[in-house]
Amino acid sequence: MDGEELTEEETALYDRQIRVWGVDAQKRLSKAHILVRGLNGTAVEFCKNMVLAGIGSLTLMDDRSVTEDVLQSNFLIPPDEAYYSGRSLDELCCESLKDFNPMVRVSVEKGDLSQFDGEFFDKFDAVVLSCCSLKTKKAINEKCRRRPRRVAFYAIECRDSCGEIFVDLQKYTYIQVMSSYVAPCLDYILDCYKHGCLDTSDASKKSDGTAECQLNYPSLEEAISIAWRDLPRKVSKVYFAMRVIERFELSEGRNPGETSISDLPLILKMRKELCDAQSLGESYIPTSLLERILAAGGKEHPPVCAILGGVLGQEVIKAISGKGDPLKNFFYFDTADGKGIIEDMSNSSTS
Amino acid sequence: MASWSQLEAIKTAKVLMVGAGGIGCELLKTLALSGFQDIHIIDMDTIEVSNLNRQFLFRQSHVGQSKAKVARDAVLKFRPHISITPHHANVKDPEFNVDFFKDFNVVLNGLDNLDARRHVNRLCLAAGVPLVESGTTGFLGQVTVHVKGKTECYECQPKPTPKTYPVCTITSTPSKFVHCIVWAKDLLFAKLFGDKNQENDLNVHPSAGTNSTNPTEDVFERRADEDPEQYGRKIYDHVFGYNIQVALANEETWKNRNKPRPVYVRDVLPDKLIQQNGSLEKNCVTEESAVSAMSSLGLKNPQDVWSLAENSRIFLEALRLFIEKRQKDFGNLAFDKDDQLAVEFVTAAANVRASSFGISLHSLFEAKGIAGNIVHAVATTNAVIAGLIVIEAIKVLQGDFQNYRMTYCLEHPSRKMLLMPVQPFEANKSCYVCSETPLLLEINTRTSKLRDFVEKIVKNKLGMNLPLIMHGSTLIFEAGDDLEEDVAANYALNLDKALAELPPPVTSGTVLTVEDLRQELSCNINIKHREEFDEEKEPDGMVLSGWVTPTEKDTRVVSNGESTSTAQLAEKSDEVETAPDRSGTKRKLSEMSEMMDNIHDTKPCSSLDIGDQLNPQEVEDNGDDDDIVVLDESPGPSKRKKLQ
Repeated sequence: MDGEELTEEETALYDRQIRVWGVDAQKRLSKAHILVRGLNGTAVEFCKNMVLAGIGSLTLMDDRSVTEDVLQSNFLIPPDEAYYSGRSLDELCCESLKDFNPMVRVSVEKGDLSQFDGEFFDKFDAVVLSCCSLKTKKAINEKCRRRPRRVAFYAIECRDSCGEIFVDLQKYTYIQVMSSYVAPCLDYILDCYKHGCLDTSDASKKSDGTAECQLNYPSLEEAISIAWRDLPRKVSKVYFAMRVIERFELSEGRNPGETSISDLPLILKMRKELCDAQSLGESYIPTSLLERILAAGGKEHPPVCAILGGVLGQEVIKAISGKGDPLKNFFYFDTADGKGIIEDMSNSSTS
Repeated sequence: MASWSQLEAIKTAKVLMVGAGGIGCELLKTLALSGFQDIHIIDMDTIEVSNLNRQFLFRQSHVGQSKAKVARDAVLKFRPHISITPHHANVKDPEFNVDFFKDFNVVLNGLDNLDARRHVNRLCLAAGVPLVESGTTGFLGQVTVHVKGKTECYECQPKPTPKTYPVCTITSTPSKFVHCIVWAKDLLFAKLFGDKNQENDLNVHPSAGTNSTNPTEDVFERRADEDPEQYGRKIYDHVFGYNIQVALANEETWKNRNKPRPVYVRDVLPDKLIQQNGSLEKNCVTEESAVSAMSSLGLKNPQDVWSLAENSRIFLEALRLFIEKRQKDFGNLAFDKDDQLAVEFVTAAANVRASSFGISLHSLFEAKGIAGNIVHAVATTNAVIAGLIVIEAIKVLQGDFQNYRMTYCLEHPSRKMLLMPVQPFEANKSCYVCSETPLLLEINTRTSKLRDFVEKIVKNKLGMNLPLIMHGSTLIFEAGDDLEEDVAANYALNLDKALAELPPPVTSGTVLTVEDLRQELSCNINIKHREEFDEEKEPDGMVLSGWVTPTEKDTRVVSNGESTSTAQLAEKSDEVETAPDRSGTKRKLSEMSEMMDNIHDTKPCSSLDIGDQLNPQEVEDNGDDDDIVVLDESPGPSKRKKLQ
């Protein structure tokens, strides 16, 4: 990416992150276009991260109007009815996000994304879906996969204090840097950097050579179609819980997050059906987990929004810059155990 | 999500945040969204442009303003009815005493320096308030919980204090680029532009001996009529040419080292001697902020690694610009990473020196990072860590101690985990901060002065800001501005005395008590006399021990991640790959995952007293359990209990 150098303004603003991922990656970011559909708390965190990172443009889609619930986990909108009344969520977020980094073009797209032609997606390097039904996610994922140039696809969901990220980079080739280097332990690094006693040139990775890696990502449809008994052992329970809820919302015609604790009996029935069909013990999907998710409805626990939005942000930056091992292909976080887990769910035919 | 008890605990909590920077902004936002209603923030900094890539509560228009105040204003915009009290002050100020801390239910740190962290740790211990600590660098981050009586304190695992390089390495035998930077910044830059009265080792040679007044000292003095360019060349030739030649004369130094080569202007820039006034693009701008050797010479890209010739040009041009435009600053200029001209000068000087010593050259961008101790940082890691902090804070407020976790945010997953929670450890019984165990100091009591002890041990290693030192019932030193004249004079006298000459003499077997009243920390130090110290390995000339000391270079091999690693790396991934390691500890990955699967596992281990710690052979080997602590420069694995 020679030719266009970063401007002085960009160099000054992005100095600290250029020290993390380098100038080339920053240049790539400045040319990247990202679409986000669904602006709940987690998606807003993600958007904030993208704008700060200095992407080329961010396109927002969510024409819901602002409600108390929406404001709960949204730090972009002042709770002033006079201000937000009559305006859609995407417009309000757009206005606020522009402020964070004037060098990023933030705009709003109206319409029903699942009805758009495939060509619409050619404009984007990455598409992120949030608060979307399974039907919509699958449809858009398929459209993205059929484009001539790769459109990275991500789906992110946060329910109560747990959440899921799905990644589809199709056929992804990247240079993996083999770094076997002598590294001080984590604590030592963090503390040393904090007060400058670590020679920063020491800590830089000495490349042991590079290798070209190719990853094959399954589509969303393929990924969630894998028979449960064929999945790796000890898969995160949140995966199963999400599938049950998804199926429930589909069969009951509910919008994502439109659930309550009174749905529990039906959910438990659905769990039994699915587990029987998949020959999986029901204990893999704890009732307590389902209860939590149902009771929360569309509510998200703000710390979890920050965590998921941060992890997704990092993933998209990696995919755009072509630097760093991308996550394949699901990520889970649950406050109950505090683990942030990557699950690789691909069929042998797709991996 | 939130149970009623959780919501209640959050709503009524009074939280103190220390730091409103990278972690602070994310943290304040997440606390506000999570329902916290009474938050205090302490931060002494003002906003800079380089903050804006991640400290998203700030805008360009806020540059120069108080972080604590602007953060507060920004958050009130979306949570207008909560109470946020900003303190634009240093957390070490006396107003933030134990009583101040006692008012809070939990303290959340988002700091960027060890000193302040230790200070807050001590105050939290004294006040009995839980502390949630955190840190991030690039993609790495961690959150730890410290509750007095239940877990380790922040200092139970001693953190490395700022690294000091042996003087001779800097003045005579650099082997790394950082040595050249330190030379350029702390010696040359200081000599030329800093306080003339400050001791400066720039002209120290192995042959000449230290501190002798060198007749060439006045090389650095510029006569009022001396042409700046000529002066610059003179300085260049002196430090890069003459000084090196003098050093080369001492054969002993170079017996086992590569010899440096002297560099002179005439060799590197033969055309420089011809007047170039007309052909160079002179910088005509009069504002200080635009003064730059790079723009003057048309070298635009800070990422470029300049040649020796280019570095030399920058050196001379920067020096000239300093003289012509910044004369008034001379005598008290300190290196500032945001001072473009200073960074250019130091980069160039370090590079010329590096070239001389066969060390690879670095770009201005890299040099600035090293010279300015710049921490590289991104928004996403801070956001993740902030989320984890709030999760721990909520547990702390509910007293949910079984579920307290230390969480590590990794760049490469370990056993599928990007976020790895670990149970906190019990307090280190030999931690001098929270367990009040005595320390041991080996020192030459006949040659080391009290001043050395105060600076290197009490302030630097022990992190005490306002110490007092007692020998038995006699106060031999007290810091502070409010002392009576004769008392202060007496202490001043004491500082210059060797330990063995103090009244009463401090010798082998003496126990000194050092205290910092503000931190409510008291510590006993057993003194042991030792004659000799290794100049390279023990540059301070004294050795403090008595608690687990980290190795300087922990050698662990980190491989690149599981799913795509080659066969060669896969082997290594079974070792301590990214398992967050405590200094001196080698935790096995299997141990880590075992811990996480068996949260209530309680492995027995006996407690140690200091005698055992100094003689590890005497301690029982508990087999598969945590191992034994060795408390000197070669630490082995540590023995610590997990929470019950």
